[in-house]
Amino acid sequence: MALKHKPLTFKLAVTALAMFGFGFALVPLYDVFCDLTGLNGKTAATAATAEAAQIDLSRQVVIEFIARPNKQMPWLFKPEVTRMTVHPGEIHIMNYLAENPTSRMIIGQAVPSVSPGQAALYFHKIECFCFTQQQLAGGKNMLMPLQFYVDPALPSQFSTITLSYTLYDVTSAWTGDSAEPSQLGE
Amino acid sequence: MSAVVNDHEHDHEHHDHKPSGIKRWLYTTNHKDIGTMYLVFALVMFFIGGAMAMVIRAELFQPGMQFVEPNFFNQMTTVHGLIMVFGAVMPAFTGLANWMIPMMIGAPDMALPRMNNWSFWILPFAFLILLMSLFMPGGGPSFGWTFYAPLSTTYSGDSTALFVFSVHIMGISSIMGAINVIVTIFNLRAPGMTWMKMPLFVWTWLITAFLLIMVMPVLAGVVTMVLTDKYFGTSFFDAVGGGDPVLFQHIFWFFGHPEVYIMILPAFGIVSAIVPTFARKPLFGYASMVYATSSIALLSFLVWAHHMFTTGMPVAGALFFMYCTMLIAVPTGVKVFNWVATMWRGAMTFEVPMMFALAFIVLFTIGGFSGLMLAITPADFQYHDTYFVVAHFHYVLVTGAVFSIIAAVYYWLPKWTGHMYDETLGQWHFWCSLISVNLLFFPMHFVGLAGMPRRIPDYALQFADFNAFISIGGFLFGASQLIFVWVLVKCARGGEKATAQVWEGAEGLEWQVASPAPYHTFDTPPVIK
Repeated sequence: MALKHKPLTFKLAVTALAMFGFGFALVPLYDVFCDLTGLNGKTAATAATAEAAQIDLSRQVVIEFIARPNKQMPWLFKPEVTRMTVHPGEIHIMNYLAENPTSRMIIGQAVPSVSPGQAALYFHKIECFCFTQQQLAGGKNMLMPLQFYVDPALPSQFSTITLSYTLYDVTSAWTGDSAEPSQLGE
Repeated sequence: MSAVVNDHEHDHEHHDHKPSGIKRWLYTTNHKDIGTMYLVFALVMFFIGGAMAMVIRAELFQPGMQFVEPNFFNQMTTVHGLIMVFGAVMPAFTGLANWMIPMMIGAPDMALPRMNNWSFWILPFAFLILLMSLFMPGGGPSFGWTFYAPLSTTYSGDSTALFVFSVHIMGISSIMGAINVIVTIFNLRAPGMTWMKMPLFVWTWLITAFLLIMVMPVLAGVVTMVLTDKYFGTSFFDAVGGGDPVLFQHIFWFFGHPEVYIMILPAFGIVSAIVPTFARKPLFGYASMVYATSSIALLSFLVWAHHMFTTGMPVAGALFFMYCTMLIAVPTGVKVFNWVATMWRGAMTFEVPMMFALAFIVLFTIGGFSGLMLAITPADFQYHDTYFVVAHFHYVLVTGAVFSIIAAVYYWLPKWTGHMYDETLGQWHFWCSLISVNLLFFPMHFVGLAGMPRRIPDYALQFADFNAFISIGGFLFGASQLIFVWVLVKCARGGEKATAQVWEGAEGLEWQVASPAPYHTFDTPPVIK
C-alpha cells in the first residue's frame, strides 16, 4: 500500500469497526430510550414505592388482564379477574392462578407488557410475581399476587390499559443442566 | 504518481502484459479486470436470483399449491431477495465503480489494488455458502431476506449459521470495496480534478461508499446477534431473557433504509452521465445534483422506522418518521426535474442506453410515488406486507437500479470491448424488457391494494387473473434478459470498431482513452482544464 493511502484507509477501517460497535450499542440505547419513554410497553422491572399518590376520584380507568403461558410452558396460567375498573392513585391487589399439571418441578418467569405502550410509564407495580422467578412443584398450584396502582398523571387519552403476561419455562436455564438453552423444549 | 508497481521490467513497452489463463483473474490487481469480474459475477447472480423468481411466479400462476412446498417457496422468496440485493445489484455497482471511477478521475488504478482483489474473491464463496444451504436437510433460510426475529432465531432451521456467515462475508467485501472507492477518490484524483469537477457517477459513488461504511457493520452486528441468540443462549431479541423482538427491526432497518439508497444513488450518477450525452447538453444543475445526493444520504438515517409503523409507536414518532420520509421526495424531485430540464430542447437521440435511462426516469418516479403512499402512516396499515409493497420496491429496484445498470453497460460497453454493440438487438432487449416488466409489476399494485399478502404461496381466488398476468410478465421479462446476454457475448466477440469518443455528445476523461481502454490508463495523470 502506498504510504499516502495509509492514514485515510486506517481512519475508514476504524469507522467501520466503530459502526460495528454502534450496532451493539443500540441494544442498551434502545432499553434506555424505552425506559424513559415507555415505548415498548415494558413496565419497570423493580417495585414502585407504595407512597400513595392522590386518588383521583373524578376519573376511572379500565385495567384488562391477559395471561398466556408460552408454547413450551406446560403451566396453566390465568388472572382471577379479567377486567377491573380503578381510580388513578388507588392501590389494588389481584391474583394470578398458576398450576403445574406435570409431575416435575418447573421454574417460570413472567414477562409483562402493557398496551398501549405509552401507558406503561404510568402503571406502577408495588409487588409483582414477575420481579422474581417462580418455582412450582409438579401437581401443585399457587396464587401469584400483583399489587399496583395507576399514576394519576396518566394522560387523559388513555381510558383502558391492557396488562399482558407471558409466562416462560426457565427451568433448564436455572438449573444449568442444559448446555445449550436453544435446545429448550426439544 | 503511480500506485501500481510494474514488476515486469523486461517488457516495459508491453503495458498489457499479464499472466495467462485463470491466474490472470485470480491474481489480478487491475481495476478493469476486477470490474469485469464483478460485473460477470453480478450477471450470473442476476440469473440465479431470477430463476428463483421464476419458481415463485410459476407457483403463483394459479391459486392453490402447484409445484413446490410452502417451505421451499419461502426459501425461494428469501434467497431471491438476498441474491438480488447482495449478489446482483451491489456487485454490479461495485464493478462499474471499479471500471469507471479511476478512468473518470484520471487515476492509474484503484488506491488499494490488492484489497480490491480480495474483496472480489471472497464474494463467490459467500454466495456458494448461501446457495449450498438450500441443499441442507430442512432447507436454506426461509424467513424472508429481512430475517426478522423470532423467525430467524426461535423458528429458523439449522442452515441459519450458514446464512449468517455468508452475510458476514458479503459485508466484509462491501466494506473493503467502499474503503477502496473513498481512498481512490480522495487521494488519486488527477491534478485539477477538483471536487466540483468530478463526474456525478463519482460523486454518487463516494456518498454511497460512506453509507456502506456506516451501515454494513450494523448489518454484520445484527446477524451476529441472531447467531448468538440462536446458538449461544443470548437474548437480544428474546423476551424471556429481557430482550425485545422489535429491537431487531430497529437495528435491521437502521441498516436497511440506507441500504436502499446504496442501491439507488449510483443509479442517479449513471443517469446523470447518460442523459446529457444523448441530449447533447450539459446537465441542467450539477451542484444541485451533488447537494440533493448528499441530503438524500443524510435523510436516509432518519427514516428507518417507516418500515415499522404497524409495530405500534407513539403518534409523535409516527409523524416524525412520516414527515422525514416525505422530505426525501424533495431532493429526489430535484434530481428528476434536473434530468427533464437537461433534455428540454436538447438534440436528443434514442440509442439503447438513453432508452433505458428514460425508462428509468419514468418508472423510478412511479416507484417513488408508491413510496410516498407507503410513507403515509395511516394508509401504511392497509398497504403493509401486501403486494403493493412488492410492486413499490420492484419499481425502484428493477426498473430503477437494474435498468440503470443495464443502461450503464450499454453506455460503456464500447469502451470496455472496443466494439459497438448490436443496436437492433439492444432495442429488442429494451422494448421486450419495458413491456414485460410493466406487465409483471404494475398489476401488483392492484392486487396489493385489494389485500393480497406478500410471501404467501397461495392466494384468494379473486386474485387469480391478475396473478396469471403477472406471472406471464415475469416469464417474458426473464426471457428478455437472454437477449441481453446475446448482445453482450456478440459485442465481446466482435463488431463494428468503436472510436475513443464512442458517443458524439459524451464528455469526460474516460472518452479520451482508446476503445477498448488499454490495460493501464493514466499512468501519467491527465491535465484537467
